[in-house]
Amino acid sequence: MSEFLYLYRGGEQGRSAERAQQMMQKWMTWMKDLAEKGHIKDRGQPLERTGKLVKGKKKSVVDGPFAEAKDAVGGYTLIEARDLGQAVELSKGCPILEVDGEVEVRPVMKMNM
Amino acid sequence: MELNEHLFRRESGRMVATLTRIFGVHNLQLAEDVVQDAFCRALEVWKFRGVPENPSAWLMATAKNRALDVLRRERTARTFAPELGRLLESEWTLAPTVEEQFTESAIKDDLLSMMFSCCDPRLSEEAQVALILHILCGFSVDEVAGAFVSTRAAIEKRVSRSKKVLASSKKLFDLTPPREVSARLPAVQRALYLLFNEGYHGASPERAVRVELCHEAMRLTAELLKHSLGATPATYALAALMSLDAARLPARVDAAGNLNSLFDQDRSEWDQGLLTEGLRLLDLSAEGTELSEYHVEAAIASIHARALRVEDTDWKMIVTLYDQLMTIRPSPVVALNRAIAIGQEDGPDRGVEEILSIPDPERLARYPFHQAALGEFELQRGKNHAARQHFLAALAVARSPMERNFFEHRIAACASKPARDRRAGRATQAS
Repeated sequence: MSEFLYLYRGGEQGRSAERAQQMMQKWMTWMKDLAEKGHIKDRGQPLERTGKLVKGKKKSVVDGPFAEAKDAVGGYTLIEARDLGQAVELSKGCPILEVDGEVEVRPVMKMNM
Repeated sequence: MELNEHLFRRESGRMVATLTRIFGVHNLQLAEDVVQDAFCRALEVWKFRGVPENPSAWLMATAKNRALDVLRRERTARTFAPELGRLLESEWTLAPTVEEQFTESAIKDDLLSMMFSCCDPRLSEEAQVALILHILCGFSVDEVAGAFVSTRAAIEKRVSRSKKVLASSKKLFDLTPPREVSARLPAVQRALYLLFNEGYHGASPERAVRVELCHEAMRLTAELLKHSLGATPATYALAALMSLDAARLPARVDAAGNLNSLFDQDRSEWDQGLLTEGLRLLDLSAEGTELSEYHVEAAIASIHARALRVEDTDWKMIVTLYDQLMTIRPSPVVALNRAIAIGQEDGPDRGVEEILSIPDPERLARYPFHQAALGEFELQRGKNHAARQHFLAALAVARSPMERNFFEHRIAACASKPARDRRAGRATQAS
């Protein structure tokens, strides 16, 4: 088994109370399913869309960190899968894809290469 | 942990009401934005960490914290609720004041105040119902449009105009002067009644949507009953009417989505719990001297509820009650239902006679069950051809796919042999 990080970006937030609740229930069903199949290493955390960007030798601090909200990472999950192919396959169930969001699937580098 | 279905919608009304109390009714939009934000945060946080122990409390606490942020950030730029005025200005009193607004009993009162505010006499009844659905039941404009089978643009216009009217009032409706509460109460009852009817008879092709409208109307009526000034005999009667009608919902539409009239329903499918509750509420409504239209309508519903078989229905009593309703709140539909009841009691000849003698029948031209009732009585008289013509006319003005389907079945029934033994005229409003 290898580890992969899912990075979630964008996605409409649910324009109405009902939509927001439905969206959340879909997420929980998806996560639960992944967990039951032993793929969840760490459920991860949501991230605020605001923050600071610290740059360069001058250590300049700017508001941000992103030009557009849709580019911001909204959260992450640590996954266990056989290989990149399976990790990608599993990510296809993510509800964020239904609302214009995206999942970036990144293999975690191993110690013993 | 599992979430209640529609929890966000339920909480939405309470949160908007309380935030509006704090921000002032002129900042209604701000209150809605804060609530929207709270839902977004719930969505983000819960999907990673799971649903908290008490989701309602979590949402309320989030709304409260956002409210404090907004009050701190914008207290120089905006004016908030005038009645809280100074208390929100100083950091010493801000947090305790806001805290006080978020106690369970304060929230309950705010919800009711908002309900009364939505029934502003400057707004049409349609606008009041749309506003209640939007603000108190958490339906988005799209969802309100879906429920009323209207266009988004039309509802958007209606809701935003109504909100402007609301925002122009100085504050949320004040529940303390009994006289003002009593004066506004009939409008509130009426709006809840219309909301329920929209669910019960409405045009939305989606059964789940209509059932939800009924449930929302019942929930808000129950809120009204919790307040001493709202719990009048007429409110009890309204709640009784809703329970008794809602009890029939499971039998009213079959699994395939077909409408079953009162005469064809499998009465064993009626919800016994709601029937019992309805009869209990009807008992509670029998206090005092006030006899509202809801009393009479609930009494009619209770007669149907008590009849184990359709043949056991006390039509004579129902006719008497419709006579009463015609004096309290006459309408062409009430006149039609009265005529149908007479036909049930005295036979189809009398039924047709009564329907034809309703004054200004053109007022029923858009109401499909007018022609359908004539069709049923003609069918009972064995005049299948005439019956068919009436059902065709009903079909032409049917308001939903479900009604269309229903009339198509009745048209098909006209092709079979005359069945004189069938007493039932099915197409009553009271299905």
